Amino acid sequence: MDDNTIICRCEDITWGEIRKQLDKGYTTLDEIKRITRAGMGPCQGKTCRRVLVHAIARYLNKKVEEVSLSTFRPPTKPILLGILAGEKND
Amino acid sequence: MTDKADIVIIGGGVQGCSIAYNLAKKGQKNIVILEKGLVSSGSSGRCGAGIRQQFGTEMNCILARESMRIFEQLSDELEYDIELNQKGYLILAYTEKEVTQFKKNIELQHSLGIPSRLLTPEQAREVVPALNIEEVQAATFCPTDGNVNPLLTTVAYAEAAQRLGVKIFQHTEAQKIDTRKDKILGVLTNYGMIKTDTVVNAAGGYAREVGEMAGLDIPVYPQRHQIMVTEPIDPLWEPMLMSFSRNFYFQQLPHGSIVGGYGDPENEIIGHDLETSWQFAVTMAKKMTDLIPALKDVRVVRQWSGSYTMSPDSQPILGEHSHLNRYFMSLGFSGHGFMLAPFTGKVIAECILEGKTPLSIEKLDIARFERGELILEPSVV
Repeated sequence: MDDNTIICRCEDITWGEIRKQLDKGYTTLDEIKRITRAGMGPCQGKTCRRVLVHAIARYLNKKVEEVSLSTFRPPTKPILLGILAGEKND
Repeated sequence: MTDKADIVIIGGGVQGCSIAYNLAKKGQKNIVILEKGLVSSGSSGRCGAGIRQQFGTEMNCILARESMRIFEQLSDELEYDIELNQKGYLILAYTEKEVTQFKKNIELQHSLGIPSRLLTPEQAREVVPALNIEEVQAATFCPTDGNVNPLLTTVAYAEAAQRLGVKIFQHTEAQKIDTRKDKILGVLTNYGMIKTDTVVNAAGGYAREVGEMAGLDIPVYPQRHQIMVTEPIDPLWEPMLMSFSRNFYFQQLPHGSIVGGYGDPENEIIGHDLETSWQFAVTMAKKMTDLIPALKDVRVVRQWSGSYTMSPDSQPILGEHSHLNRYFMSLGFSGHGFMLAPFTGKVIAECILEGKTPLSIEKLDIARFERGELILEPSVV
């Protein structure tokens, strides 16, 4: 993994962008998410969260379980507004 | 941790960080911010990103206009790109009563130099071609309103404040404010006591509790508001779309996603419960697809909620408390705290350093409730 490695595919966020925030002292998943948007895309972090937690743990020289996670928010999968509004069938 | 400070600010949201930055910029030393979570983890980081000047009271118009002037150069000032995007607010009127009110609002806004204008429904559709103008009677548009990234703005203030020497203690909770007669002696935290004679309550949804810590009864309460965001799509329209009578606001951000919500004051949860509901997502989806039919093919990716800190007249409470010396407040913004923070942070800093309340916020003191001088804003969601 180098600075050009894409960590969050939905939002196109590289390890370099994340490392820059870690260098500044932002070491929780919540802070990294808010500042870089990593994990905010359509997959809601289902793809990148594991990678990111491991990368943060390695950067901090900590165990994976010591990295605090971000809040999981609904919906679990993206839903079309048309379906929610009842105007469109799945 | 530190055991003494000249000023202790309770709350690491946009208010606390803006006040700290403005104090430090004026040369104040030994400023501490106490934040029980993380910077921007409360209402500041949960807000809808919109910033507008189209209000219906002189007070709000001035606060918003002055904040906008600061927002316009804030990325340079704080050396951080806060993603300012001035594409306007288009506010839709659906009733005769609203049209009458909007005409008054425009007159007031013009007298204060805010460049809003009244539009016919057809002119509104020229601004937003994708708009369904059915039942729209008129609209107002102010091209210098817009949006900014609230998470980055708060972080930008926090980092700029830290560069000027402000200390921010996260995961550090104020628990009690020690007082003797009408003076402050210190703030007790979960990491010990900080001696100080000056406290700023910038605790957002927790402002009432931070009043109780000093034995003060501050008449505000947290009210949950929900919001949701879609996946990013190609640019579809520019301004914030808003209606008071139909009760919604939503906009497409520079990132491409669409963010919006509505208020439900009669049924809304009072307190700190920030759960979200399916009902909200369904209702909001109906409002959005009704107004911009093309949105039916766009997906919602996330919903969340945050607190409006409601005051009795939906206006902020700013300045020093009348019963406790050097207990300053910047709270009760009732849903408009983020957009006003650049200016309120500046005036609260002046208020603290110069020992007198700037004229612009004099009427927003807490004693207005005892005097019965409430300021009622007609234009809120």
